[in-house]
Amino acid sequence: MTRSPVRAIARGVLLGLLFLAAVVAVWEGAKALGGDPWRFPDGKGGETVYVPPLKWPIVNDLALPHVWKIADALAGPVQREQAQTLAGFLVAAAIHTGQEALFGFLLGALLGLALAAGFVHSKLAERAFMPYVVASQTIPILALAPLIAFAFGNGVFGIVIVASYLTFFPVAIAQLRGLTSPDPRALELMRSCAATKWTIFWKLRMPASLPYLFSALKVAATASIVGAIVGEGNPGGSQFGLGRAILNFNEQYTSAPEKLWAAILAASLLGISFFLAVRLAELVALRGRPASGQA
Amino acid sequence: MTVQGKSVVSVLGVNKVFESAGGRTTALEGIDLAIGPGEFVSLIGPSGCGKSTLLRVIGDLTSPTSGTVTVNGKTARQARQDRDYGIVFQAPVLFDWRSVQANVALPLEVKGVSGADRQRRVQAMLELVELKDFARHYPYQLSGGMQQRVSIARALALEPSILLMDEPFGALDEMTRERMNAEVQRIWQQTGTTVVFVTHSIPEAVFLSSKVVVMSPRPGRIVRVIDVDLPRPRNDDTRETARYFELITEVRETLRGRWSGEGAAKASGAATSVASMERTQAEGAVG
Amino acid sequence: MSLATLEPGFVSAPKASPVTRVVRQVRDQAPAIVVFVAVIGLWEAVVSALNLQQFVLPRPSEIATAFVAELPVLQKAAGATLYEALGGLVIGVSAGVLTAFAVSRWGRVRDIVLPIAVGASAIPIIAAAPIMSNWFGILNPFAKMAIVILLTFFPMLVNVARGLSQVDESAVELMRASAASEGQILRKVRIPNALPYFFTALKICTTLSLIGAVIAEYFGGANDVLGRVIVQSSSRLRFDITWAAIVVVAATGIVLYLAVVVVERVVIPWHASQRAGGS
Repeated sequence: MTRSPVRAIARGVLLGLLFLAAVVAVWEGAKALGGDPWRFPDGKGGETVYVPPLKWPIVNDLALPHVWKIADALAGPVQREQAQTLAGFLVAAAIHTGQEALFGFLLGALLGLALAAGFVHSKLAERAFMPYVVASQTIPILALAPLIAFAFGNGVFGIVIVASYLTFFPVAIAQLRGLTSPDPRALELMRSCAATKWTIFWKLRMPASLPYLFSALKVAATASIVGAIVGEGNPGGSQFGLGRAILNFNEQYTSAPEKLWAAILAASLLGISFFLAVRLAELVALRGRPASGQA
Repeated sequence: MTVQGKSVVSVLGVNKVFESAGGRTTALEGIDLAIGPGEFVSLIGPSGCGKSTLLRVIGDLTSPTSGTVTVNGKTARQARQDRDYGIVFQAPVLFDWRSVQANVALPLEVKGVSGADRQRRVQAMLELVELKDFARHYPYQLSGGMQQRVSIARALALEPSILLMDEPFGALDEMTRERMNAEVQRIWQQTGTTVVFVTHSIPEAVFLSSKVVVMSPRPGRIVRVIDVDLPRPRNDDTRETARYFELITEVRETLRGRWSGEGAAKASGAATSVASMERTQAEGAVG
Repeated sequence: MSLATLEPGFVSAPKASPVTRVVRQVRDQAPAIVVFVAVIGLWEAVVSALNLQQFVLPRPSEIATAFVAELPVLQKAAGATLYEALGGLVIGVSAGVLTAFAVSRWGRVRDIVLPIAVGASAIPIIAAAPIMSNWFGILNPFAKMAIVILLTFFPMLVNVARGLSQVDESAVELMRASAASEGQILRKVRIPNALPYFFTALKICTTLSLIGAVIAEYFGGANDVLGRVIVQSSSRLRFDITWAAIVVVAATGIVLYLAVVVVERVVIPWHASQRAGGS
């Protein structure tokens, strides 16, 4: 049975919160067992101290800062003597990175769709280029991301290229499978009422391909974000963007570990929201169809 | 066997050979068949006799290797482009992203019929197959029989002069099948469409048709055409008459190659002895 | 797909002669070969003609030279990176499979864990690379392995869990009708059903493991790993070495993928994807 989109969203939000709560519980729980001593000001100028029973270096305050310390850092200034809060800075950085990824994602998706449509109608084109489309999966574009960004002067354009490449090939392959997925009898049906190739494409092939397309888009959404973050890592690259933020805060790790964690949190939220946006679009586009076994 | 003068479908000397990576297969050999206007003609025979291929040749969904097909005085290709056909398959082949009414509307959309006319026609078709209350449902919410009725409604949407049906009730249980037979009969009498009906079921062929065309395989050819003289309209009582059983026996015996009455061993093209037919029939007997 | 295959009772006749088959193969692959030759030729010609200082995109011949010259370095680096990738792969895949088994036992648990796992794979895990370096030490291969573990765990978990549960219900009913225990159903029905899913995920995971290791190395690491070779050579503007290293990464990825394909063909020859000739 199809789930109503509203129910699906509500369920998703609930699960997300549940997961978050679980993570925080494990985080602080581990620190309670083996971290550094917990200090709380007791409102009288002194401190209450709680000393955990065990000692695990991996959950000490440097490696795993307290969750509330991270929250504090978010409210505090991004750098000493600066007016902007860390949270504000990260939001701006996320938007910057997100925009690059989004443009690349949309560009790559459109190109992938066009390529698939072309392959469906021209066997020659398919035979000539398909092996490369498949082989291109093996080119480690992520590994090339900094190089490509550098080649384009470390500007936004280079990142957009990376993100669109990461989107283009999975979309092209999935879309081609989807466009050729209809039952041959459905094609006969269309021909029996004299439908043109154009009509067959829009009324049969495209709708049939949507489930395949969205599977690829969900994967590509995450890949675009990752590509953007990795591509921003070049020295001399843009000062905005989460990739650079992560690298900068990594350098400041010993003095302010919370900042790096905050940046990672921001990156995670960005990735998840991209994914959710595609998921939402999927729910709308595929409404009325019987649900498949997907999460 | 041939109707002099007005035939809606005229198949002359049609052969169909399939070439594939594996070799050649002769699906149809020397087929001559004439179907008059408003007739209900069944094609029956064991697997590999070419009945589905013949149906598709008539509908211009595949081209004959040689021979001609004339439909409504035009080539089959022209007839298809003029949208003279409706087709129903064994599987409903409904688009699962479209509602029932949108599925029925599909041929009308393809033809370019405008919104209001289209809606009217869709409603009329849904009434014809008695599914008006399910217009907004989606295919997965309907039973197999209901889905098939939708596919029949869709096939009739453009008021085709010829309805092609390829084992449409093969996937249904016996009781639903008999009900659907009654439905098809009723619809046929109401619309007066010429029907070419492929089936595996002897009772179904006899119950529905004006003529039963018996085919045999390797190579696919017409063995005999049997006139069904049961009175219309036919209903459940017809299924209990003696003549009904006689005709079923006649078809069955012809399929087994043992018919020795009128028209025995008459095949278009190559001569066939009863013995050789029995041999070829042994592998693919219709149950 | 020709209509011939739709005919009931269609039986294929003996295959065409070997010569015909070879000719057909060549004719089918010809357009692709033409494109390949054209692209390589064009690359070499354009870069030479425009006399592009090996700015980022050197000529194929230069890359080949650098490859040969730096072979010992590249080999050592490939070995180190492969160690990180495969180490993480083995742990991540095993953890994913075990968790999938644990989770599939109870439908409720699966319905909660699976969407979370799918959501977790939307997180850019690579962003955690600096943290891992800080935790385990920047020179410690385990820091990179940890990233690979996280990258491979989720896809494997999701796919195997689906494979264990999305079983033809009639098959399960058949087993229950002969009073099979849950354990027998698991072994005889669910696990075989899950094998194709496992291999699909494994193909994804091997690629992820290698790329993950290399990218994690971008964020810092020992000098003799492929990621560092790439970063350091490009900062020295020796892009021929950079590309040679990239080629090594790609080639290693292909080899790993093919290894999975071979194992898959041996383990599940009965699966439709293996019979149809090509995934």
